[in-house]
Amino acid sequence: MLRQIEGSRAVAETVALCRPEVVCAYPISPQTHIIEAVGVMVKSGELAPCEFINVESEFAAMSVAIGASAAGARAYTATSSQGLLFMMEAVYNAAGLGLPIVMTLANRAIGAPINIWNDHSDAMAVRDAGWIQLFAETNQEAADLHVQAFRLAEELSVPVMVCMDGFILTHAVEGVDMLDQSTVDAFLPPYEPRQVLDPDSPVSIGAMVGPEAFEEVRYLAHLRQLDALDRIPVIAAAFEEATGRRSGGLLSTYRTDDAETIVVALGSVLGTIKDAVDIRREAGERIGVVGITSFRPFPFQAVRDVLCGARQVVVIEKAFSIGFGGVLATDLSLALHGTDCTLRSVVAGLGGRSITRLALEDLFATAARGQLEALTFLDLDHGVVERERERMMATRRSGPSAENILRDLKAPRRVGAKEKS
Amino acid sequence: MTETPFAITLDVGSSRANHTGSWRVERPVYVDRLPPCNNACPAGENIQGWLYEAESGNYEAAWRKLVEENPLPAIMGRICFHPCETACNRVQVDEAVGINAVERFLGDLAIENGWKLPSAGADTGKRILVVGAGPAGLSTTYHLRLLGHQVRLVDSAQKLGGMMRYGIPAYRLPRPVLDAEIARIIAMGVEVQLEHNVVNIDRERTDGGFDAVFLAVGAQLGHRVNIPAGDSTRVLDAVNFLHQVADGDAPMLGRRVVVYGGGDTALDAARTARRLGATEAVIVYRRNQEHMPANGEEFGQALGEGVTMRWLSTVNRFEGDRLILEKMRLNAEGFPEPTGEFEELDADALVLALGQNTDLSLLDQAGDVVVNNGVVEVQPSMMAGASGIFAGGDAVPADRTATVAIGHGKKAAHGIDAFVLGRTPPIVERHELATFERLNTWYYSDAERTVRPELERVRRQSNFDEVVGGLTEENALFEARRCLSCGNCFECDNCFGVCPDNAVIKLGGSKRYEFDYDFCKGCGICVKECPCGAIEMVPERI
Amino acid sequence: MTTRPVRFYQVGSFAVGNRLLEDGDRTVQSDLNRANSIDSGHRACQGCGEALGARYALDAAMRATNGQMVAVNATGCLEVFSTPYPETSWRIAWLHSLFGNAPAVATGVSAAMRVKGKPEVRVVAQAGDGGTVDIGFGCLSGMFERNDDVLFICYDNEGYMNTGVQRSAATPPAARTATTDAVGPEPGNAFGQGKDLPRLAMAHDIAYVATATVADLHDLEAKVERAMQFRGARYLHILVPCPLGWGSASDDTIHIARLAKETGLFPVFEAEYGKVTSVSHIRRRTPVEEYLSIQRRYAHLFGKKPRTEVIARIQAIADRNIERYGLITDETVGATREVTA
Repeated sequence: MLRQIEGSRAVAETVALCRPEVVCAYPISPQTHIIEAVGVMVKSGELAPCEFINVESEFAAMSVAIGASAAGARAYTATSSQGLLFMMEAVYNAAGLGLPIVMTLANRAIGAPINIWNDHSDAMAVRDAGWIQLFAETNQEAADLHVQAFRLAEELSVPVMVCMDGFILTHAVEGVDMLDQSTVDAFLPPYEPRQVLDPDSPVSIGAMVGPEAFEEVRYLAHLRQLDALDRIPVIAAAFEEATGRRSGGLLSTYRTDDAETIVVALGSVLGTIKDAVDIRREAGERIGVVGITSFRPFPFQAVRDVLCGARQVVVIEKAFSIGFGGVLATDLSLALHGTDCTLRSVVAGLGGRSITRLALEDLFATAARGQLEALTFLDLDHGVVERERERMMATRRSGPSAENILRDLKAPRRVGAKEKS
Repeated sequence: MTETPFAITLDVGSSRANHTGSWRVERPVYVDRLPPCNNACPAGENIQGWLYEAESGNYEAAWRKLVEENPLPAIMGRICFHPCETACNRVQVDEAVGINAVERFLGDLAIENGWKLPSAGADTGKRILVVGAGPAGLSTTYHLRLLGHQVRLVDSAQKLGGMMRYGIPAYRLPRPVLDAEIARIIAMGVEVQLEHNVVNIDRERTDGGFDAVFLAVGAQLGHRVNIPAGDSTRVLDAVNFLHQVADGDAPMLGRRVVVYGGGDTALDAARTARRLGATEAVIVYRRNQEHMPANGEEFGQALGEGVTMRWLSTVNRFEGDRLILEKMRLNAEGFPEPTGEFEELDADALVLALGQNTDLSLLDQAGDVVVNNGVVEVQPSMMAGASGIFAGGDAVPADRTATVAIGHGKKAAHGIDAFVLGRTPPIVERHELATFERLNTWYYSDAERTVRPELERVRRQSNFDEVVGGLTEENALFEARRCLSCGNCFECDNCFGVCPDNAVIKLGGSKRYEFDYDFCKGCGICVKECPCGAIEMVPERI
Repeated sequence: MTTRPVRFYQVGSFAVGNRLLEDGDRTVQSDLNRANSIDSGHRACQGCGEALGARYALDAAMRATNGQMVAVNATGCLEVFSTPYPETSWRIAWLHSLFGNAPAVATGVSAAMRVKGKPEVRVVAQAGDGGTVDIGFGCLSGMFERNDDVLFICYDNEGYMNTGVQRSAATPPAARTATTDAVGPEPGNAFGQGKDLPRLAMAHDIAYVATATVADLHDLEAKVERAMQFRGARYLHILVPCPLGWGSASDDTIHIARLAKETGLFPVFEAEYGKVTSVSHIRRRTPVEEYLSIQRRYAHLFGKKPRTEVIARIQAIADRNIERYGLITDETVGATREVTA
């Protein structure tokens, strides 16, 4: 049923259809609307049986999920940003124990400086944790991915993180075709754990593993993720069969067939990119788009297959590895190794900065001219940066950069006066 | 379960493949140590053993274990001076276990229920002559019968029992008890010959065709000192006095009776005199209370009955109805020395309780038997000389108590057994002593000793009813359970419980425990926490 | 419920078992068929108090729950020595996640059991003192205040022993650890610090809080049993001497635990809904020297010139406990345990 609905609400209601048995919640913007909505459904009895646990931290949230999952319950939680980092140890642990927890990550920047708006720094911080990370382009996809995530997680005994852009998706109201319970029930069988805490069949879960077996354990986890590369398209196809809707999969393509330039990105920015691409197409440029849905496991082969015909690949990503560059770009460069394809990395939208269609059009025009540098920061205010650099050179106690920059932006004239002095 | 994730998840109990016993440098081993009560018991009783049964309320089993060594528990439960209690480790916790009282309880219960001693052993065809039917003679008789030897028991008195009958007053040892326990031995099949004086032991032995002889003639002669007295009838000796009382032929003593001596016989004489109507019963003793050899409990009872003491005095002479006493003082070694000062004491009679002597004239013709200081020299097997004459009780050098005599009797029986069957007497291996330091007394609950009720003083002054009462069953059980079981496992499960490595195997059903050396790391907690000191660490051979 | 005194037994009620006791009055540990929750072959040091305490507590919990129990374990000695791949010493359903999250993991397990319609399966979480009073305290406090149906057991050996004997907030004053070494003008751990977890637990008004030591098995088991009679959050704090970290003889583990209680340094009590309901009285009052002097972590107090002023400060702590909990009464001497019949 198509409804005009907030992204968070759509996700919450879809998660509820997946019959989670233990939901643990600790509030952090912009994840709050999701867990609030689930909480209401549990408290009202609409979602039952389900234990909704208000924990005292994200670390506890993931830990409660670990306990619940190990005891055979379908466990769900959601977080963002600092919350993800605060639960980081448990995030790794859940993966290490092979517990099929599903978590929504409402992507948000990481402080300091503290910032509640969207980028992908949080997701990138845990890309090596052993979780499957799926990125939603739209609220429709965000909702649909959760259903697929539970099935994928439980089939493989691997936790799955569904990443959706904070505010941009979580707080956006748009049309979402909501699933019904019978469809979800048919698609998602009850959770049958691979291992479970059971007094009648006791095992020790979470043993200490030394050098003699640790590498094998890690390699097995890697193989499970490689298995996921096979399972994700299968599950997406099954989902399409059940719902008549294409959602998920390893990646999505848009106008790539004859594209000389292909833009690659994660999440909601794909929509804006597609608008810009449409305009560039109208101007005659052979440009297309690839959206990576499955960031972990990274679909090297699928990516290579879809990109290898292009002359140039432009990666636009809302995160970067400081002192290095784009994260997704790095993965792509490996995927393109040995092809003639030129890779351009663009970092954009950090801390919620808008990525506008116009900026993208300019960017693509520059790329088309072959003038795009290897690493570009979209819409970076070089003046601000330069001024702060100068201040830092001039005096050791130049004050906090973030505040200095805010002052600069609010009072450019006074800054100018300062420059004189 | 092979479906569980690799390495992270493990099947239960798999660590038993890891034999941590290899870490050990010392290993615990279970030991049995000799409890101090058993060690101190002259009769060789396995006290701890029978207390163990009594603790469970298995009184008949307890009694049976008891009479393996001593056939006279009801008697000894009354008159034994219980060195076991002096030795008892519990003294250092609160008070000794009331072993003697429990022994009496069991003895009385056996009489009440008519429990019989074990049947005599299969007949060996050997004949043994036992001279003297006191505790030593009766004990030997019993053990000889158990071993299957025939026994003729002879005594010069009218009845069996020796000093137990003729030396110990009835208020301490009621005659029905005495009779019952003696009768039980005789019922095992014993030829008894009373009022028979053995004059020549060799002739007696040859005439009767005996393979061996046991002499338990006791010390029946009161030691006399010369007390100048105008009227010699006023001076009696305690042994005769008590014998006469026991025969129901008490002499007239008068109102004021003085007893001379400081031993148990002096107390018995004074207390008996009170019961016979003496208004004053004064014990004159040459030393002080500290040096008095008499049993403390009975001394207290005597004082309670109105017996008075005249310390540091010797009897010099009778002058009419006045006794002249010389005051003494103790020298540095604790020996009394005359002071030359004299006192007077009104007295109708003087009873001498200055020790007893043995009449060994029957040995005059007995070849290699050595008599020294009035007693018979014996070997550890109680054999005197090499000819099959054994001796025990007061007639040999030892403490003159009934308990010692019972011990002699058993020892002699085994000596005789070996002699007549031509064997070497077995050497009994003794375990290391279970000392207090080896105990962990924390585990024993605090419980004070039950004191046996005493007859009201007034009542007991004028009759020969038993002074000390018995324990009720509840009290006896309580006393028995105060036993610490020093040195011997009593299955408290501590070792089984305190092992951090589950390396103690509980065998259950009185089979105690075993160590599982595959896993024992040798930490020693079991040793330290064993209440009774029945485990020790020994170095591991590496 | 009537009570009758067990006054006749040869060894009172202090030993593990007693052939004279009724079956129901015997300890779980005396039972041939005890669960042996943690089995032989574990790699704990010789004389490990924690291995012992864990078996005591979990076996009792297994009996109280009729075997319907799962355990969650924090990282630490207990976890490391019990489950090095490929062997586990646990005979029970057992889960280890992280150092600081055992209470929360247990909450999750408990919630799962409820939602799965298996409320009879009870959850025990366990950690050392570091996993309880320090790194795990946030999760523990959260579990307490939500009143999640978990019995949390702290095996307190007063430091981070697994990592090589470092100070925790449960390390007592003056004790030497690798991070509070016996050097400088004030050797050992500082006075006036540390967390009293049982009292903090009580402040959450949870149903049941108790302390125990490995020296009194009957008391420990009774507390586990009692704890299992409640639903909701419960806390049991068990003192488990560590021969390695305390520098004590391996055979002294129980002896030292007993002295900790008898000196008053470790008050043994139980509380329900924030109120102390019973205390284990001191049976043989002991000066703290006797406890301190057999542990090398306090050796700096007993050098050529004994630090009597420091010992006096420790004695003052014991005396304050004695007063606070009323550990000494007129009837203390000769007191015997009463058991319910």
